[in-house]
Amino acid sequence: MSGDSVWVLGTSMTRFGRYPDLDAVDLAAKVCLEAFADGEVTVHDMDVMAAGTLFQASTSMGQRIQKQIGQTGIPVFNVTNACATGATAIRTVYLSIKAGEASMGLAVGVEQMGKMGLLRGGSKEEANLYEPAGRYGAVTAVDGVIGTETMPGVFAQAGMAYAYENDGVGFEQFAKVAYKNHLHSTLNPLAQYQKEFSLEEIMGSPVQSYPNTLLMCCPTGDGAAAAVLVSEERLRSMPKRVQKRAVKIAASVLTSDPWVESGQVQPDVNTLTRNAANQAYEKAGIGPEDLDLVELHDCFATAELIHYDNLGLCEPGGAGDFIDSGAPFRDGTTPVNVSGGLISKGHPIGATGVANVFEVTTHLRGEAGDRQIKGAKVGLAHVIGLGSSCGIHILEKAA
Amino acid sequence: MASTRQVPIVDYLRIGARPYLRATECGHCGARYFDRRNACAKCGKADFVNARVSNRGALRSFSIVHRAAPGIPVPYVSALVETDDGTTVRSNLVDCPADPEHVTLGMKVRLATYVSGTDDAGTECVAFGYRPV
Repeated sequence: MSGDSVWVLGTSMTRFGRYPDLDAVDLAAKVCLEAFADGEVTVHDMDVMAAGTLFQASTSMGQRIQKQIGQTGIPVFNVTNACATGATAIRTVYLSIKAGEASMGLAVGVEQMGKMGLLRGGSKEEANLYEPAGRYGAVTAVDGVIGTETMPGVFAQAGMAYAYENDGVGFEQFAKVAYKNHLHSTLNPLAQYQKEFSLEEIMGSPVQSYPNTLLMCCPTGDGAAAAVLVSEERLRSMPKRVQKRAVKIAASVLTSDPWVESGQVQPDVNTLTRNAANQAYEKAGIGPEDLDLVELHDCFATAELIHYDNLGLCEPGGAGDFIDSGAPFRDGTTPVNVSGGLISKGHPIGATGVANVFEVTTHLRGEAGDRQIKGAKVGLAHVIGLGSSCGIHILEKAA
Repeated sequence: MASTRQVPIVDYLRIGARPYLRATECGHCGARYFDRRNACAKCGKADFVNARVSNRGALRSFSIVHRAAPGIPVPYVSALVETDDGTTVRSNLVDCPADPEHVTLGMKVRLATYVSGTDDAGTECVAFGYRPV
């Protein structure tokens, strides 16, 4: 053990889904209290807190949660980073511990979206009088005229750009990703949907933005996830049974999108993921071949496929062969999204980047029940927030 | 006879006898932008010149959009076009059926303009897309 590592001490998540009778504060408070219990600590042990939410980012979410779990006066960082919000909350607590200003902290992510439907893409409102507005001097709404701004479309374009540059990638390869994740979700009681679909059903479901059909898109929903992080020094003062279940954060990385030529018209989700992965592997001293499981950001099936390549899970250009070979299935060489992924587990945005750390932690502890990847020792959690941000955490089982 | 007044849908579309897209180009590194920039996102310098983007290019990615906000006609093809001078443009593919059989990655395209609407003063909005060559 390296001495100054940061560890996951306790963690919890709600089942993702719809909670019309609860609010986001209820969902978040529930997982915070469960994460304390999981780590055998209380709110009085916390030196710092980070709370992530996207749609309620201006509501002092962290302080509102404190009113439900304990107001101890510790600093709260309310964070938002699109779909990387949860990972940003974890990294904020991680940095506070690394800086020596805290020895234990709480990261929580939460979102209540309900049946929000299609994200992005403005409604078309014909202007009464054409007046240039905004940074492009647009005289009217441009979504659907100057291409698409909707999420299924933007990520479809990301996948099709990969298909243009590489052989062996098409509609069927993208559909197989969704087939896999729906299949995986049948073993996860915390998944929003737990239903298997055939490849034919997936390819035949209503097209949202080709090649993404409905069953290749993540749903909107409600949910929360929390993690208690602790310094190695403080962990060593805790009971052996607590130490045994702690999971080491071997790498915590956050990147933004560097300039690329096409970035002004199409968000580049590749370069920042590659940069984050390279940094994370170097910090952890491992390579992608060492990973026993990966939870990556499959907001759409097209996204998962290109991240096989971005994370170095497959040969360069070989993402089509990778899914065709069965490698990312739970019985394959590199199980990917054994939770069901965003596509089937769900994607309450602020919670996602904490929930995938929960998932990997649970496998490394050997506590994942029916979906357990046997003997898992190292896992990677990845999220992308358009804008863009990429968060990667590599976790290792206690020695 | 007074001709109908026309305005471009965005200010980087230049309309007239020979429509084209006008980019803001970094005088130092050549990076191109369609909006105004305070400094270049690639190199950080702040000297810009106007550049005329080639009207010809190839389809480097697309999506056929079947689900959009209310009022937007579907299906349509959202396209990423790489112009012959290396600038990536997003727009709709026009004059092409919106199905995977007719839209091919790498297909050659060229800029096309059309009237997309008229406001209460009778001013026409001119939009742009790319049509297969």
